[in-house]
Amino acid sequence: MFPFTYTRATSVHEAIEAGERGGRYIAGGTTLVDLMRETVERPSALVDIVGLPLSDVSATPRGGLRIGALARMADVAADPVVRQTYPAVAQALELSASAQLRNMATIGGNVMQRPRCAYFRDVSAPCNRREPGSGCSALEGYNRTHAILGTSEHCVATHPSDLAVVLTAFEATVHLVGPEGRRATPIGHFLLPPGDTPDQEQDLRPGELIVALEIPPLPRPLRSGYLKVRDRESYEFALTSVAVALHIRGGVIHTAKVAAGGVGTIPWKLPAVEQHLVGRRPSPDLWGQAAERAADGARPLVHNGFKTELLRRTVERQLRIVGGRS
Amino acid sequence: MSTDAQEPELQPEEGRPSPLSRRTFIAATGTATGVAVAAGVTGSGTRPVSATEDVASELADGTTSRVSFLLNGRRQSLVVDNRASLLDLLRERLDLTGTKKGCDAGACGACTVHVDGRRVNACLTFAARLDGAQVTTIEGLTPDGDLHPLQRAFIEQDALQCGFCTPGQIMSGVACIREGHTGSPEEIREWMSGNICRCGCYVKIVRAVAQTATGGR
Ligand SMILES: Cc1cc2nc3c(=O)[nH]c(=O)nc-3n(C[C@H](O)[C@H](O)[C@H](O)COP(=O)(O)OP(=O)(O)OC[C@H]3O[C@@H](n4cnc5c(N)ncnc54)[C@H](O)[C@@H]3O)c2cc1C
Ligand code: FES
Ligand code: FES
Repeated sequence: MFPFTYTRATSVHEAIEAGERGGRYIAGGTTLVDLMRETVERPSALVDIVGLPLSDVSATPRGGLRIGALARMADVAADPVVRQTYPAVAQALELSASAQLRNMATIGGNVMQRPRCAYFRDVSAPCNRREPGSGCSALEGYNRTHAILGTSEHCVATHPSDLAVVLTAFEATVHLVGPEGRRATPIGHFLLPPGDTPDQEQDLRPGELIVALEIPPLPRPLRSGYLKVRDRESYEFALTSVAVALHIRGGVIHTAKVAAGGVGTIPWKLPAVEQHLVGRRPSPDLWGQAAERAADGARPLVHNGFKTELLRRTVERQLRIVGGRS
Repeated sequence: MSTDAQEPELQPEEGRPSPLSRRTFIAATGTATGVAVAAGVTGSGTRPVSATEDVASELADGTTSRVSFLLNGRRQSLVVDNRASLLDLLRERLDLTGTKKGCDAGACGACTVHVDGRRVNACLTFAARLDGAQVTTIEGLTPDGDLHPLQRAFIEQDALQCGFCTPGQIMSGVACIREGHTGSPEEIREWMSGNICRCGCYVKIVRAVAQTATGGR
């Protein structure tokens, strides 16, 4: 690990000033410390933000949910408001990492977490994210866990977060504060697919700090849930996953929100699946027909072809679980 | 001595020749090459050569920090290299080797300790961030050095083979019970999944946690 200076920010203002000068924010540290030890990350100045008052979790006036960026994963998952209004959020969090890590890790850090691609983590391997222009080792390498959607010739790593899949399905907003003031952006614009600039993972400007993530109000009654498929039953990243929310009234689906994880370079929204569901009556056939569209545009690599069918089946199963109840 | 207001109990006795422990022997034989390499790299006598090296005083370049925290009920005030993890601080400087290093990356749970009453991975915790915190390790689980009921349950259930994961399992298990995630064997398995046991003692570990949670035998 390379030496670095360490300061604790005592206010958001102070944090942003330090961030603008090149300081790197550290929240739970569960991604950053690990990558610094591997010398993938080499910040020369760490700015500790975990003491800032940005950990509130609250219902918004019209029935949405606002989660402070520094709220810990464990606390958000246990929050009664979260469990009651958006159970998929609690489910995605409790299916993430371990109890220990969830006690440390924050919501902002979770969305910001970096790829788990083994070549990205290995500083001796070419990797366009770590070293733009050096090449992508995963393209021709061992790519069983890599993405089939949103890939480019420069990078095929998945976005590893479970929570971000739910936030993408529900079209959450990222609230930011920076040297130029406040702004808000949809999570679908905040997380960037690799394209020609795989080293740019988020639309985050110098010194900007995520202060909160906000899920807009969705029509009630709402059924929602998160399903995660992985190589072992717990403490493992997703091979495939899906977040679903359905608003069914008078026997007809009026609103459908669906996104998948483990398959995209960013959490992957499934508009074709959503559109097929809206206006139709729930039925076992409908779940299958909608799920057929889940892998549209998929481009499998040598070792991850199984993800295409696994994704369709994961979506179908979760639609049945969430929508099948009467 | 590198630290001030240090609890003497936590340091190996000074000035008295002690029998060479396995740990000291390994450290001593490992150091020769380590120092040679590090000296070549740093070319300076003042730069600490590794994250766990003792730091005599704060460095002017800001890469060290002064921290004061409660460790197993006793105050520790010391200067640390900012790179030092809590895990390395415990094991390499404070001689509390009950907390184990498995992966050093958050992926095994061997290093589980309690910070402010919550179970966390000491390998991913920078010691510099602990100012004002309360840290409990396996050595401080009970104030009087008695065995904790979960430790007794591990013995009764024979919930270990090599024992390397055990301190982490126990620190995690104590927190798991406190959190109330012990309603069924399945729930215990899920909430203890952050602790890997390479010897595969999971069935007995779950039994030991369940037994302690219900206060029965
Ligand atoms: C063994 C292991 C297993 C895991 N399994 C899973 C899993 O199954 N599912 C899953 O979703 N995750 C998993 N994770 C990842 C874990 O959830 C993330 O590491 C964690 O959420 C990151 O949050 P943090 O607060 O620790 O971030 P940090 O490590 O503190 O920061 C991460 C990055 O975000 C930046 N950052 C942090 N907060 C802000 C902010 N407010 N504004 C701007 N930038 C910020 C930092 O500068 C840094 O670049 C796992 C991690 C490990 C080690
Ligand atoms: S040593 Fe900390 S989790 Fe493995
Ligand atoms: S007892 Fe050997 S690793 Fe658990």
